[in-house]
Amino acid sequence: MTRHDDYRQPRDPGDVFLPETPSQTAGPYVHIGLALDVAGLPERDHEIDNRLAEPEAEGEFIELAGVVLDGADQPVADILVEAWQADAHGAYVTDFAFDNVFNSFGRAAPGADDAGRWVFSTIKPGRVPYPGAIDMAPHINLALFARGINIHLQTRIYFDDEADDNADCPFLNKVPPHRRDTLIARRAGESDAGHPRYEIVIRLQGPEETVFFDY
Amino acid sequence: MFKFPSRAAIQTGQTMADNRHIDFVQRDRNWHPDPAAVGYRTTVLRHPKQALVSLQTPSASERTGPDFGAMALGAHDNDLLMNHRPGTAADGLPIGERIHVYGRVIDQFGAPVPNTLVEMWQANAGGRYRHKKDSYVAPLDPNFGGVGRTVTDPAGWYRFRTIRPGPYPWPNDPNAWRPAHIHVSVFGPSVATRLITQLYFEGDPLIPRCPIVNTIRDADAVETLTARLDMARSRAFDSLVYRFDIVTRGALQTWFENV
Ligand SMILES: [Fe+3]
Repeated sequence: MTRHDDYRQPRDPGDVFLPETPSQTAGPYVHIGLALDVAGLPERDHEIDNRLAEPEAEGEFIELAGVVLDGADQPVADILVEAWQADAHGAYVTDFAFDNVFNSFGRAAPGADDAGRWVFSTIKPGRVPYPGAIDMAPHINLALFARGINIHLQTRIYFDDEADDNADCPFLNKVPPHRRDTLIARRAGESDAGHPRYEIVIRLQGPEETVFFDY
Repeated sequence: MFKFPSRAAIQTGQTMADNRHIDFVQRDRNWHPDPAAVGYRTTVLRHPKQALVSLQTPSASERTGPDFGAMALGAHDNDLLMNHRPGTAADGLPIGERIHVYGRVIDQFGAPVPNTLVEMWQANAGGRYRHKKDSYVAPLDPNFGGVGRTVTDPAGWYRFRTIRPGPYPWPNDPNAWRPAHIHVSVFGPSVATRLITQLYFEGDPLIPRCPIVNTIRDADAVETLTARLDMARSRAFDSLVYRFDIVTRGALQTWFENV
């Protein structure tokens, strides 16, 4: 038996410890698989998209708009962003369904004319419990996938109008103080639908490089 | 701090209780590709230069994730021979070697990962993607889209029917070619187990020449991305079959200490 078979075909689950499958870049054509409209492919009956909340959802409707900048301050136009966030009560909706009024999961990718800008249409998340401490400030967890990113980047977005909660957030307080600002989205006007809009610039490099997490 | 529990401890308890959460074996970032591998030029401006901030105390934000077990999928979503047919009487099938790709999603302890979404995308037999931005000279195939998705069964198995993708050139250096590959996306039970990777085909001489493959430092890690020809399951006069298992981070179940 080859070593390969050892890795891949454990006979007794109690006796094996396998290495995780290694990551590879999602590449420039990630949209074919995960954002069909951006690739120019016909969409299937249901697609995971950037709209987490339907009008019947509970909570304050918001729009989160962002751009990811590379080390030359150029927008990463082929980015795919995945969001994971709590509902208005601070609970994650783990059963994804297309007919849910709110799903905790969504995907966004810039179109050809969007200059790298992506948008989530959602609600302001509630405060999520933190083990052994007070609840965390409202936040949206993001994962970034793109050409040139060999393993996806994980970050979190907070809101600038939740300053008191942010100051107390047991998670945010673990981030070095001078870097916390890289995680704060700024309230900036309203969406086309008349909801508060927040904007975030995610920087992959440079003096204001965004904080990325290992967990 | 959680301690690395024994398998026996992991198996304690039958159901998820409110005061328990799922934790995961730490990700070995030396086994994963080097984010700053200079041979793959696009990484130069796209890799963070500061160290990742490591979370010692996970919360529901890291330890939960979307469960797609109830997601409504189309009948041909995992059948790339059938899911992009234009729908006229003149329909043909995609050009290329008919293959099945199947395997199991398991965690690092060998436990099956059921009901998890597996998505894939690929070039056609000529190495051309059906993407607005792909301008490679190889033609599009009117009968091939190149996208599939499925959900693993209760034992973690998945299957796709497709054609073998062609290699294609890319502008990383003057004569760079990607080996034949399928992009594969998997979730597992949490956002912490989220993973996108690429499947390569056993015996392809382009694998060791690929700058993207070579972002992975360990040859054994590359081996785990190489799908194996499974002649025993191949279908006579129909399709060759390739096996590709996917291993997601091992799930540890631990108790909150102070709730
Ligand atoms: Fe590719």
